[in-house]
Amino acid sequence: MQFDIKRRRLVQGLLALTALAIVPLRALARNKEAFEATSPDDALKSLFGDKAVSDSDQVSLKVPDIAENGAVVPVTVESSLAGVASISIIVIENPNPLSARFQMNPAVAANISTRIKMGQSSDVVAAVETDEGVFVTRKNVKVTIGGCGG
Amino acid sequence: MAKPVKIRAKLKGEVASIKSLMPHPMETGTRKDPEGNVVAAHYIETVTCEHNGETIVVADWGPSVSKNPYFAFQILSAKTGDTVKISWTDNLGETSTGETTLK
Repeated sequence: MQFDIKRRRLVQGLLALTALAIVPLRALARNKEAFEATSPDDALKSLFGDKAVSDSDQVSLKVPDIAENGAVVPVTVESSLAGVASISIIVIENPNPLSARFQMNPAVAANISTRIKMGQSSDVVAAVETDEGVFVTRKNVKVTIGGCGG
Repeated sequence: MAKPVKIRAKLKGEVASIKSLMPHPMETGTRKDPEGNVVAAHYIETVTCEHNGETIVVADWGPSVSKNPYFAFQILSAKTGDTVKISWTDNLGETSTGETTLK
């Protein structure tokens, strides 16, 4: 009897382990350092380490050319790259350039939209991370009324 | 008490387009109120999206995401009856969640 219970425990434990192992999205914990970085290069470095960063036309970034209100700038990032693990949005001139980072699994399309704040006119960078490296596209947005402080 | 996440989902074939709104002040910690006092930072740090209980997106945000954040994404293979749940946690430890069933 005693043995049976132990065996059951063991089987339950093993099942629990397998359940953990098959969760496909192994999201990294929030990278505090990257969000606190004050230069875009530091943010990229802390997000991606030594991974190669290159420009790519397979990353599309949709932002307005002119944002009348810097507090609400719509951003859409889309990519035709395979195996996208994460998408990050970086605003070069913001005090903390990294705005958002989305980690995703293959069940989700590489196509996300959100709205961000911009303190002043700046380049916006979309960084898409795959197994092959980090691919970026940038676009300038002119801001007529800033969205930070006030 | 934080307001729930509003989710709008549209299923077209196998692709579900999910749009969500999260009522939240998203204070940067640099803004001043009319009396000149700095308003303390209060922003959503992490958003988790689940499809039928499986985590599919984890978003980390800084305070530079707009007030009352909007987030849209697409689930590639979804069907009627699937559940989509979106929850957030902010820097003060508050949380909120929203759930919908695909039609």
